[in-house]
Parts: sequence; C-alpha cells; structure tokens
Amino acid sequence: MADLSLIAGKSRLPNIHPAALVAAVFLLFYPAFASNFFIFQVGAYTLVLGTIALSLMMLAGYGGMVSLSQLTVAGLAGYLMAILGENSVGVMGLGWPWWLTALTAILAASVFSALIGAISVRTEGIYTIMITLAIAVAFFYFVRQNYVIFNGFTGYAGVEPPVLFGIYWRDPTPFYYLSLAVAAFFFFAVLYGARSTFGLSLQAIRDNPRRMRAIGYDVTLHRIFAYWLAGLIAGTAGVLMVWFNGRISPGSVGVDIVIDILVIAVVGGMRHPIGPFIGALAFVLLENFAIDLIDRERFNTVIGLAFLLVVLFSPDGLLGLWMRIKNALKLKRRTLPESGGGQ
Amino acid sequence: MITDKRTVIAAAVAAMLAGPAMAQDDSVKMGALATLEGAFTVLGEDSMRGVRMALEEFKYTAGGKKIELITGSSDASPDSAIRATRKLVEQDGVQVLVGPLSGSEGLAVKDYAKTQPNVTFLNGSSAAQDTTLRDPAENFFRFGTEGAQWMAGLGEYVYKEKGYRSIAVLAEDYSFPYTQVFGFLEPFCRLGGEAPADARFWVPIGNKDYSSVIAALPDDVDAIYVALGGADAVNFLTQYEQAGGDLPLVGGSITVDQTVLGSKGRTRDFVIGTPSAGPISDTWDDPKWQAFVEAYKTQFPDGFPSPSLFAHAYYINTKAALLALDEVGGDLSDGGKKYREVLSNLSFETPTGMVKLDERRNAIADIFLTEVSEGPDGNLLNKTIKVIPEVSQTLGVSYDEFLKYGPVSRENPKCG
Repeated sequence: MADLSLIAGKSRLPNIHPAALVAAVFLLFYPAFASNFFIFQVGAYTLVLGTIALSLMMLAGYGGMVSLSQLTVAGLAGYLMAILGENSVGVMGLGWPWWLTALTAILAASVFSALIGAISVRTEGIYTIMITLAIAVAFFYFVRQNYVIFNGFTGYAGVEPPVLFGIYWRDPTPFYYLSLAVAAFFFFAVLYGARSTFGLSLQAIRDNPRRMRAIGYDVTLHRIFAYWLAGLIAGTAGVLMVWFNGRISPGSVGVDIVIDILVIAVVGGMRHPIGPFIGALAFVLLENFAIDLIDRERFNTVIGLAFLLVVLFSPDGLLGLWMRIKNALKLKRRTLPESGGGQ
Repeated sequence: MITDKRTVIAAAVAAMLAGPAMAQDDSVKMGALATLEGAFTVLGEDSMRGVRMALEEFKYTAGGKKIELITGSSDASPDSAIRATRKLVEQDGVQVLVGPLSGSEGLAVKDYAKTQPNVTFLNGSSAAQDTTLRDPAENFFRFGTEGAQWMAGLGEYVYKEKGYRSIAVLAEDYSFPYTQVFGFLEPFCRLGGEAPADARFWVPIGNKDYSSVIAALPDDVDAIYVALGGADAVNFLTQYEQAGGDLPLVGGSITVDQTVLGSKGRTRDFVIGTPSAGPISDTWDDPKWQAFVEAYKTQFPDGFPSPSLFAHAYYINTKAALLALDEVGGDLSDGGKKYREVLSNLSFETPTGMVKLDERRNAIADIFLTEVSEGPDGNLLNKTIKVIPEVSQTLGVSYDEFLKYGPVSRENPKCG
C-alpha cells in the first residue's frame, strides 16, 4: 500500500482504516505474547491455509472460476520439495540446494496450475468445479499408487526448511514471520492486482465474457494467466505447508482437505482477499478447540454446524456478516442523532 | 463503553493465548489420542474404551494424584495426528500421552516425541515396526506389541502343520500390512516356503471391487495370505466366495477378527478353519482374560461383543502409565525422568500375560495362534491353538542380525 501511494505521488496513509492498522500491529507483535502453540499451530497454520485459500478466492472472486484443484497445486509444490530436495525416507531426494528446490517447486506448480486452467477455462460454473475436482482426485490416486516418484501411501517425511542466517526456520517464531511475510505479500499483490488493468479486465470477463470477447479481449488467455498467478500463490503456500508439517503424503492432498480449502474460502468470504484468512482462522480454531467444547465423538458435528450457520445467515461468509453488522451500526448511529435532534 | 468491551475481549484473548494452563499440584494431565473421525472411527472409539477401563480400574487416581483425561482425535493421517498431539502437549499441557492408533501415525508421533523430551509418550495400537526398531525416541514406549510380532508362529504353523509350500499374498498397501506380511513370510520362507513377487497383490484401503485381483490369483498355490481390515476383508471374502474360489486362507491379525466374523452371509462357512495370529484371542480361557472381557461388557454395553485388539492395546499402555505413576508417587517434577526410568523397567500382568520392554522400549509379550471355528451358539470365534510365549520384536534373533533383514516393504522378504 505504501509503495502504491509513492507511485501515486501523494500520501494515502490517512486513508488506511484504523482497524487495518490495529490488525497489522497485532499480527506483527503477536509472537511477543502468544505461546508457541498459538504462534505455530494457530498463527502460522492459519496464514498458510489462508494463502492457499487466497489463490482460490482470487480465481473465484475476481475470475468467477471456482477451482477445487488449488490444494493439488500446493501439494505438487510440496511433493517437489521432498523429491528434489532432501527427505528422510530414502526414496528420491535429489538433494538440490533449498533455494533452487523452492524456486523450481513454485514455478512447476504455477505451470501445473496454468495447465489445469487451459483444460478447464472453456467450461463454466458447475462444470469447472467438476473438472478441477476430477483433477484433484486423479492426483490423489496417482500419488498414492505411484511408488517410483511419489513413494505411494507413505509419502515423504523429514522435509525441513533450511537453517539460514543462523535461524532454524521451523522454530515457531521464525516460521510465523516467514508465513506472515508470504501471506502479506500475496495479500497486497492480490489487492493491488485487482485494481490493475489485468485485474479489472478479469472482473469484467467474470461479469460478461461475451461482451469482453466482442470488444477484442482474449478471454481464454486472461483466464489461463489468472490460473498461472493463482498457481504462484498456491505453490508458494505449498512449500510453506510441507515445511510446516515436515512431511507430505497422499492424505495431505486428499479430497477432504480439498473441500476444507473450499469451506475456508466460502466461510471467510469471496469478496475481499482478507476473507480467506478470516475463514482459515475460524477453521483452525474450530479444528483445534471444538473437541474441548463437546468432549465426545461428536465434535465434527459442531464444526459442521458452525459453518452451516455462517453460510445460512450470510452467503458472503464471515466477511459479509461483519459488513452487515457494521452497516446496521452505522445506520443506527446516523438515525439516532437525527431523531434525538428533535426538529 | 465500546472501548471497555474491547478491553475485556482483548484481556480474554490474551489470557487464552498465554499458553498451557499449568496442572494443579494434586493432578496429572494425561492425553489420549485415537482416530475419532475418518475411516477408523469405530476402532478409535473402542480404543478410548480401553483407556477408560484402565482409568476406571485406578479410580482416576495414581500415585496419590488425580488423573485428568484430555482426548484428542486424528483421522489416521500422520499430519492430523501431529496436529492433535501438538495441541495436547503444547496447549493442554499433558505430561503423559497415550496414542496414536494407526501405523504411519505412530512413526510421525515418535519423531515429534524427540522435540518434547519432558513429555512421556506411550503408544496406542500403532503397529509399524520402525516406530521403535530403527532410530527410536528416548521418551516413546510401546507396551502393546507390533504387526510383525503379531504374526509370530503363523509361518511355521502353516508350513509344518498345514503343509502349505507356496502362498499368494493379498494385502492393503501401507506400512501396517507390510509389517504383517514380513512377520508372516519371514519364518515361512526361511523354512523353504515360496511367495513369489508376482503373486503378491497390493490394494488401496477402501477397495470395493476385487474381481480383477481374484481373476489374477494363481491356481498353483496352496493358500492365500490375506491381510485386509474391516470392510475390505468382508468385501473380498464375499466376492471370492461368489467367484467360486476354493483356496484355503491364512488371515492377518485384523482380517478374521470380530468385526468380520460377525458379518452375515455364506462367507461365514467359507472362513472356518482359517488360521491367524494376534495379540488377543476371543476365547482364551485364562481367568484374567475372561475377567477383562466381563469388565468390558459391563462397562460398555454398547461396545463390541468382545474387546478388540485396539481396546486391548490402549488398555495395556494406559495401565502401564498408571502403574509407573503409582511407583513414583505421582512425581513428574523432574520432567518425568524418574518416571520414564520406572517405565523402562516395568513389567506387569496383563489380561494376556506378562509384558516387559526391550532396550528400545518395545514390548515383549505373548502372542496367540488362532483358528476360526464355530462356537456353541453358531457364532464364529477364534479358537486358541497355541500361545507363543514372550515374542520379542527381533523375533528371536539378535538386534544386529534382525536389522540385516532390511526395512519392511512390498518386496521384503524376497522369497522365491
């Protein structure tokens, strides 16, 4: 945002909402007062899941393409980290330096995403969902049954981030800041990109592809490029995901997790890039603490009900709920002084 | 007013974030981790019954301290097991943890245990070999035995008593069946039996259609060794029977257990006489086992007709944790160092005989060789043929010798 205002030539700092400032300060100083569990498993995991869901939000919110294979893209990047880099399983593990591995993994994931795009962009709505779901399921079964490259059911373990500048990047606080940096970068990139020429034409294509085609835009190419960008986001998040878990196996790219990502994006809200992160936070908190609320075998029901209620009462997710409450408050505040004025 | 509310919320959040609530001096926090979601939910629920049985037996107190039980759930994937474990240890602050249930989960939790040297981990029913055999963790204990041990005596039995010389293998494709196939074939092949690689069939968990496998099964083998669990076993047996298959079977530890034998249909007659082996035997007439079954039935009328090997494994590990707590007087103030020393040397009487640990903290215990037979009221039961005493993880040879066999896999042992 700051860069943007520099380019624009005048300071836009006063335009920043105080809530955003509070959130930024909170996120920056979060590790100072939270426990390791809250830094790593709640904080960092939320940011990683949120970034994967962000790539879905970008495609669905701005491009109108609901792709269920974003986790698959992230999973491919994770697998490549284990295959090209180092792992403790004794299969593959080519031992490339970490930066080359990460770069290759992210680029390969983005190309994979663009390919998925090339296959699916000529379809609309439910058919896009079907095709991308089919790709996700095919990938899941492929890695489960391929032993030469993907090591089958067992997958890979012992995938570690590098020790850099004397810091072990999997320690809670460093990993949190790493995830925060990546998440923030892509968050602002999506925010900025949405107002760029490309972002605006993508949204126009979402609203009326036929008209855009008629005035000379290459609709297909725009969409595939959007998939490629989303692949960069998902691929980077996939690298973080495998560093977070230290391992990757077919279970990490299974259909249930694919659905989790969709749930996160939908519950958070598809209108604004902050939505996926709110959704991820709600998801991670429920996943961790629902079992304490209802200490029996039924805690998954609580998770399901919570999400059902959100979607039922606010089709725009938690973000929409917040907007509605805010608007209602504003309306109240505006009406109150008027009536109190006693004309 | 708004700021007031915000302060309250902020304070509440800060209090929540501030980390694990310290256990009170008069209680010990114990975690139990099992699969309460996903494909193995039913097995996970029975595991929790085992934990509660042991706690009930001790009236939820050990070493003069109250035991506070906190449960965690995974879906049998290593990722979810680690997340649940981390929550129990780092957020809830458990000092002793019992779990997990499934093979690959155990390997992951063992790795995590190394990063938490002050917490004591006891395995649930996870039965992969390398959890304790290679690169073990100092603070990870397994008082239940593992998949290769469960097969003790079965290879010799089918070679010598049944006279089988060549065998086809059908198993699910992951670490636990690998361990079982290894445990069964190793002695069988050493005696001279054959199980060529092209007669081994590996299917994914949850496979429904076995027709292609059945068509590919060779005719010139003496029997089929089947290591499938739950619904997979039922599906295969039904389809094999319908296809007119007539080869005798040899079962893995969870292939002909109560969940499969209880199913309806003609499969029942077909599996009579199938030999198998495992850590428990439904009909063992030892009074301690009978008392255990009775206690299970009274406490959990809605459970299985007889406790599963999952309830059994969790029961034994929880009991070991409580016995050791008793011995140290509930004192874990030194990060559990003394406690783990007591655990390492612990040996006690379980419903299935004495159990003690080897130097890598894996159990040495009795294993049961069983055969499916018809009970007095028409039910199918596993009849005890033989008890193999004190089976160790290295199956009778030295540790270094055993390592030469190599890690379990689809091709280990080679065998013909």
